[in-house]
Amino acid sequence: MSALREIEFRDALREAMTEEMRRDQRVFLLGEEVAHYNGAYKVSKGMLDEFGPRRIIDTPISESGFAGLAIGAAMQGLRPIVEFMSWSFSLVAADPILNNAPKMLYMSGGQFGCPVVFRGNDGAGGQLGSTHSWCVEGMYSNVPGLKMAIPATPDDAKGLLKTAIRDDDPVFFLESERMLGMKGHVPEGEEILVPFGQGRIRRAGADCTIATWGRPVHFALEAAEALAKEGIDCEVIDLRTIRPLDIGSVVRSVKKTSTCVVVDQSWSFGSPGSELAAQVHKHCFDDLDNFVHRVHTADVPAPYAYNLEQEYLPNARKICEAVRAATYNA
Amino acid sequence: MPIKTVLTAEIENVSILDAEGRFDEKLGKGLIPDADLVKLYGHMCTCRHLDEVAFKLQRSGRMGTYPQNMGQEAASLGAAYALNNDDWLVTCYRENCGLFWRGVPMESILLHWMGDERGNAMPRQHHATPIAVPIGTQMLHATGLAWAAKYRGEKRIACTFFGDGATSEGDFHEAMNFAANLDIPVVFCCQNNGWAISVPGHIQCSAPTVAQRALAYGMDTIQCDGNDLFAVVHCFRKAIKQARSTGRPFFIEAVTYRLGDHTTADDARRYRDQAEVDAWRARDPILRLRKYMAKRGLWSDAKEQELQAKVEVEVAATVERAEGITSPNRVDFFDHMYAEIPADLALQRDTMQTHGIGQDPSQIEGAVIELPAKEGH
Ligand SMILES: Cc1ncc(C[n+]2csc(CCOP(=O)(O)OP(=O)(O)O)c2C)c(N)n1
Ligand SMILES: [Mg+2]
Repeated sequence: MSALREIEFRDALREAMTEEMRRDQRVFLLGEEVAHYNGAYKVSKGMLDEFGPRRIIDTPISESGFAGLAIGAAMQGLRPIVEFMSWSFSLVAADPILNNAPKMLYMSGGQFGCPVVFRGNDGAGGQLGSTHSWCVEGMYSNVPGLKMAIPATPDDAKGLLKTAIRDDDPVFFLESERMLGMKGHVPEGEEILVPFGQGRIRRAGADCTIATWGRPVHFALEAAEALAKEGIDCEVIDLRTIRPLDIGSVVRSVKKTSTCVVVDQSWSFGSPGSELAAQVHKHCFDDLDNFVHRVHTADVPAPYAYNLEQEYLPNARKICEAVRAATYNA
Repeated sequence: MPIKTVLTAEIENVSILDAEGRFDEKLGKGLIPDADLVKLYGHMCTCRHLDEVAFKLQRSGRMGTYPQNMGQEAASLGAAYALNNDDWLVTCYRENCGLFWRGVPMESILLHWMGDERGNAMPRQHHATPIAVPIGTQMLHATGLAWAAKYRGEKRIACTFFGDGATSEGDFHEAMNFAANLDIPVVFCCQNNGWAISVPGHIQCSAPTVAQRALAYGMDTIQCDGNDLFAVVHCFRKAIKQARSTGRPFFIEAVTYRLGDHTTADDARRYRDQAEVDAWRARDPILRLRKYMAKRGLWSDAKEQELQAKVEVEVAATVERAEGITSPNRVDFFDHMYAEIPADLALQRDTMQTHGIGQDPSQIEGAVIELPAKEGH
């Protein structure tokens, strides 16, 4: 039974934190509502009972405060996990997370590392309005010195989070409120980790490479199924981490397919998607039959209304259109 | 040099009509004319009913997440009543009652929580700002609005509302510091309802009052029974008068309680004792006003029935208007992005396709976008 054990995304996250807290006394969790309430999204359910209030800490509503405190604690050798109820609320903590954590090692001449994991919900789709629906990877991945992981399935959520906690650098770990209830097979075993910088081929195909990460992986797979019926065979690559970025996997695939669609749920301007497209153009200049097509969110704040929000986000329909265009099947 | 005391401070707590129905004649007499009192009471009842209906709408899947205002009607209403209509009212999400008194249409609030951007487009003449969801950010905006009024030589002031939890955000401290040090006429009102979702007040502020935080900034401050409309009006009149005449800010801590869950996504029974909730139910701001009015001969069961019937009709019509609105067009979200829409955004709007395709609409069947002349080939 255990080999095919299926658990929810949120359980996978909790398992990762719990296992790492058992093996490493330096690890602790802090954030709004993480202790007594079991987390606003129940990710830390039961953790207060197991680890007590010294290691599972309810904070005041002070994102800047607890992000900054975590940095200080990390400089003193601890390994904080900071939960933002939503990455949207990390914006009020921009200085500690962008101006301090990623450059503490650099500025201290290699003395003070900053092994903090910042994690929380990212992205739109839950009709939460524009201020609650930020997709921060576009903005934050621009900053050198941080690592960024965006899992798409429960097994990767666990494996990547464990890697993040053991990592010596600050890691931005982006989850999706839309996916926390998603179930999937997660192997048991304390040492099953997913390394950073290794993409995962979610579907093999010969005609077009779809490169993406996080929630849009599922839209891409849905599109690939639809396109298969039209005779277009897509290869879907889940990058899993944005920093480091596994450009090699994408290049290998594009050399085979000659066409590429990048799907990124951040805004297009200066995004991980535009970086990826630029790198593919550079490395596959002679292999490409068409320019790299990109599917992003529309250049507006996340809309509140349901129909507009669906229209705003990347979806299978848009990916199909992009693949058809990229492969001259439009 | 002997050690000497450099500061001792006292903070007043104002209560005029208490939960037991005792009325302080000295402070309360003439504060609110009877005719107004009846109107204010009716308004609170309307607001309460809307709150209950909104809750039911959410439960039946007709509304997104909704934060109930139940039990906290008095604070924002007292403020809106005491302020001038062109003073700024800068709120978060538990001030429906004050906003409605201002004239903000009830369907705006419903629309907002039903997940429709148009709900936030509150008619400008009401001098109310869009509902602030990122906790604490609105306090600095209020400070800026009041500063601008001062800059332009207007007598307008700003009043901002926030919860006890919000006083943990840096924005709170920065807004207070600015207003106090730069002489900006803002009335800060903290609705201290004891909880921030499941987090009790002492995690946000371990001092015995939130009001004393203002002292550290050199700001005048007062605490009141936030469920006592009379006390709220008394404190706001004092604060507003001072802000308008001296240009200085003022702090009011309105002690209150949310009788409902944090939002419809919450279940407060998991972290609050029923006894605590029951004790606060007995301190309901509407209940005590009704008893007081009845005692004064201003109210009767017949009037109550008449009012409730009227309120039901009004709220039902509001719901109908909110639900009846035609859903927005799929390209509407490109409106209001810039004063004038730039060409690339117009292109996106007109193709409404993936960005890659949007850059080259000639690839889209039926697209009639004129491309800028290509250079080179
Ligand atoms: C910057 C930010 N952090 C966190 C949240 C999530 N959040 C929404 S309401 C709330 C509690 C607010 O408590 P309080 O200020 O006391 O207001 P109340 O809800 O009690 O009226 C929290 C933490 C948010 N909206 N914005
Ligand atoms: Mg509160």
